[in-house]
This record gives sequence, structure tokens and C-alpha cells, in this order.
Amino acid sequence: MSKVLVILETAGGQLRPHSLPGITCAQQIAKATGGELHLLVLGADASAANAVAAAGYGATAVHSLANPALEPFTAEAWGDAIAHAVHALGATHVGGTASSTLRDALPRAAAVLDAPLVSEVVQVKSGDTWTRPVSSGRALLDVKVNAPVVAFTARGTEFEPAQPGGSVSVNTLPAAQVNNRGVQVKGVQKTESSRPALTEAKVVVSGGRGMKEGANFKVLEQLTDLLGGALGASRAATDAGMVPADLQVGQTGKIVAPDLYIAVAISGAIQHLAGMKGSKTIVAINKDEESPIFQVADYSLVAKWEDAIPRLIELIKARKGAA
Amino acid sequence: MRYTLRLKRELLLKILVTVKRIPDPDESLKFAGGGLDYSASKWVANAFDEYGVETALRLAEVVGGTQRLAEVVVLSICPEGQRQHMTQFLAMGADRGIIVDADPEKLDTIAVSKLIAAVFKKEACDLLISGKLSQDNEGNQVAQRVGGLLGLPQACFAATVAWDQTGSALTVTREVDDGVETKRVPLPAVLSVDLRIVLPKSVSNGSTPASHAYNEGPRLASLKGITMAKRKPVAVLKPADLGVNITATEQTAGVSAPPARKAGQKVPTVDALFEKLTKEAKVL
Repeated sequence: MSKVLVILETAGGQLRPHSLPGITCAQQIAKATGGELHLLVLGADASAANAVAAAGYGATAVHSLANPALEPFTAEAWGDAIAHAVHALGATHVGGTASSTLRDALPRAAAVLDAPLVSEVVQVKSGDTWTRPVSSGRALLDVKVNAPVVAFTARGTEFEPAQPGGSVSVNTLPAAQVNNRGVQVKGVQKTESSRPALTEAKVVVSGGRGMKEGANFKVLEQLTDLLGGALGASRAATDAGMVPADLQVGQTGKIVAPDLYIAVAISGAIQHLAGMKGSKTIVAINKDEESPIFQVADYSLVAKWEDAIPRLIELIKARKGAA
Repeated sequence: MRYTLRLKRELLLKILVTVKRIPDPDESLKFAGGGLDYSASKWVANAFDEYGVETALRLAEVVGGTQRLAEVVVLSICPEGQRQHMTQFLAMGADRGIIVDADPEKLDTIAVSKLIAAVFKKEACDLLISGKLSQDNEGNQVAQRVGGLLGLPQACFAATVAWDQTGSALTVTREVDDGVETKRVPLPAVLSVDLRIVLPKSVSNGSTPASHAYNEGPRLASLKGITMAKRKPVAVLKPADLGVNITATEQTAGVSAPPARKAGQKVPTVDALFEKLTKEAKVL
């Protein structure tokens, strides 16, 4: 029988929301292979495992592996811990949401386990055949895997967040040898923002090269905040230093799929489209009517942002005032 | 010959850089018979591997001096007869090449990673540099896997790297979901590079003046580099020489085009756009 193990990320004793789509993908793999769902919480102590166990998420068990070396996160220590847990539980599948954490640590564990890893799964077609995008999302590959242990990462935008259900107890795994190989994490410089996370926002407003300079993003921030959304950018804008690199949407940045994506002064390189074309409604505003972004947009407006955005803000404000 | 001797005397590091040839990502894809038809494709070097070689060269050279701090070896798993990309990297300035003669389409990621790990060990390298991902397959796992196989520390998705020669370590900033992480890794180690590694001041080696700003992007081969490339050694190995069993844990069951988005519409004015968003799409 299959045993699907999901690696979860926690912060401040709570599950991080971006882990939830990975649980859903794992539920589907467990169902397709007639197996059990197991959840694993790694960290310095077991406190977060209790919170996860109370929510259950339809899992057979929640496992905790606590070790001071697991915080702050390093791929080295997490790789050891994941491989240890797979052995200890006899898991047949191991994975979770494709975050920068699991993209870093899971291939390490997979190598040690001699397991294939299917990256960025967007659909579970059957127990052993899963779909993943390749070539900037221009093709979908159905990968059939055959190995005693198979690893996966799930693209967060393609699976619904798992819902709580059926609380379970916490199982403490036997102590593991984890070794961070002499690395030191000096810290994470976070981009301070009161806005929702790019990957979780319902509305994303992105600016591109045509914004010309960082100061011009102010007007996009104003629009973003009116809509309660997150601010994004194209690679051209982040490379030019207009906004921090972690706002980049695209093949090498964040993959987003909000209800509404507003692309402003973005030409629409393939690499950018790969990061946003799963959005429900796409609006493109660009002064150049030849821009490739218009090919994926639901609503295309050929206009200068300098004229269009202030007017759009005005209209939204007026509507809010009236409501 | 003199070139090789000088290198040996002054070397502090041996850097192995993995490079891959891919179908030109700017050409449109051709779907045929349940797969992708690359028979008419132009093959080019994976851009992230160009960034990897550029990173290695910046670590190895002393701008303003003649000294070299590291040997840069490029490794590609490809059919022996299809090595134009290898010549390109030698022309950029890499010192020598290693080809593992195999069709990567017939290898799974497990085998590719084991081949790279075996070459790293055989050559007694100090640093592996890989592009974060290949633009065609987008697996984003080879560097991490090699780190796991060899039990080495890793710094993936690197945006900047600073080499501490006396401490024999790298300080790397990595692009993570929450922002930018700073991680110090002792050598030997594994590095995967993201696109911002080729900004003017992303790489420092402690010998090139800190004030030096590189041109953005991977360097172009000079005329001299192109002439020299033909004289640089390229070793050809077979997977069996490296003691790696070829596995096939992954098979392609099908390839399809993603569902097309429904055709969009042009709106003449901001007011018309607002009207559509509120009444038709109902997203405002």
C-alpha cells in the first residue's frame, strides 16, 4: 500500500498557508494509489505539529521530527531529515508545495533515496502519471514514474488549499542524524510589506520596463492597495532596480494565478507569461499595440500608463464612494 | 602548453560548470505524434548555464592582473558529435571541457546527477556551478541532487557570491520566496545560479578590485577566445567509464499544448475597461 508523505512548512507554531495546496496534491496521489496520507512537520520543537494535528487535513497521521539543527532552514539538514522520515515510515511518495524551501531541500533527499522527482506537478492523472509544464509553460508533459520511492513538488496555483478535517494525534519520529555540513545562515532579508503575499493574493498589479523608474511604481501601489492586492513586476523592472527582485513574476520568479491580473507597461516575454497566464482574468495596459502581452489578455487597452492608471484609480474610488 | 603549466602553479580552486544544449527557447514548439518535434530546431546553450560559466570566470580571473585563481572545467552530457555549445564556453574563457557521450533524452535526472557527481569526484573539484534550471525541462534539481549524492553543502538560486579565499568559503545571497537569504558555505560546495548573478557587481573573489563593475550578462567570446577554444582539451567519457548505471525511472507518457485562453477583447478607453471589469468579468 502506498504511503504519501507531505513535508510541511511552519512559522510561529502554525502551518504556513502555502503548504496547503501540496497537501491537496498529495491527497489526490493517495487516492489514486489507494494509500494513506501522512504529514510531516520539521522544526526545532514539536509545537507546530500539534496545531497541524488538530486540523488533520484528512491525514492518517501527523509526524513530528524536532531537532534544533532544523531551524533556521537549511537544505542540508532538511534533506537529511526528509530522507530519514521516508525510511522510518516506509513512505512510497514524498513531496509538498513547490516553494523555494522544498525546491532546495527535496531534490537533495530524493538523490539520497535514489528517487525520481517530478517538479511542479499541475495535475495528478493517475497514481503514476502526473502532468508538469515545461518550456515556460508552452507544453504540458505527462510523466510516468516507476520507482519504490517517488518525490514530487506541486505547483501551488494549480491545487486548492486543503481544508481542515479529522484531527489526529502527533507521532514523534525516532531521532535523526541531521548535519548542516558546516553552513551558516546569516539571515533572510525580507521585503517588508503590509500587502498579501504575491502567490496568495486575489489581485496582482504588475509593472514592467515601461514604468521607466521605481518612483513611478507609486501609482501602481495606489491601485494595488485600492484593490487589496499584491504588487508584482516583470524581470525588466526588477533587473533595472525599480522594485525588489522578489516581486518578479515569471519563469524564474513567482508563479501567480489570481482572480485578476493587471499587467501595466509589460511587453509580455514568454518568461513573464509563464508566471501569470493561469490568472482568471488578465488585463493588459500598454502603449504598444504589438505587445505580446495582448495575446493572453482578456481585456487589452492600448494606452499610456500615465493616462490610464490615474483614471482607473479615479473610477474605482468613485465606485467605492458610491457603494 | 605554457598555459596549462601556469595554471597548475597558481590554482586555488577547480570549478566544474555543467552546461546543457537545448532547443532554442525563442522558437515556437512543434507538437507532433504525441511529442515535441525538435528535428528542425536550432540548438543553443541553456541561458542559465551561460550565467554559470560567467560566474566561474569571474571567480577565476583577477581583473587588472594576469593571475588566475581557479581552473574552470565545463562538463556537458551530450552526444559527442553535438558539442558546439562546449566550444562556445571554451571560447568564453573556460580552460577545458569534459563530454559524457550520451543522449540526455535517454537519461533520467537520477542518472544525469550521478554522472555529474562521478565527474566531480574523479576530477577532485572544489566547486560545482550549475544553472538554476534548464529552460526546456525546468526541473530545477540537478545541483541539489549532486549536493545530496556527495554530501556537500549547497547554495541554490544564487543572486550574488563572494569568495573568502582565506576562509575557503563562499558567502552567497539566495533568492527565496520571502526575500533574500544570506548563507555561508564552506568549500567544497555546490552552487546553482539565478539570473541576477550576472549583474555588474554580483560576483567577487577577493582579488579583483571591489570597485570593478562587469558588463551585465554573460561575456561574449573574443576573436582570440574563439581561436584558442579549438586548442583547448576536451575529454570524452562514456557513462560506463564513470561506473554509473543508466536508469529509466521516468517516461514521457504524453505531451500536449496547454489549453488556449479564450480570445480576449480590445477596449477603447479606461472607462470602457472599468465597465467591462465591473459588469462583465465582475472582478472589481
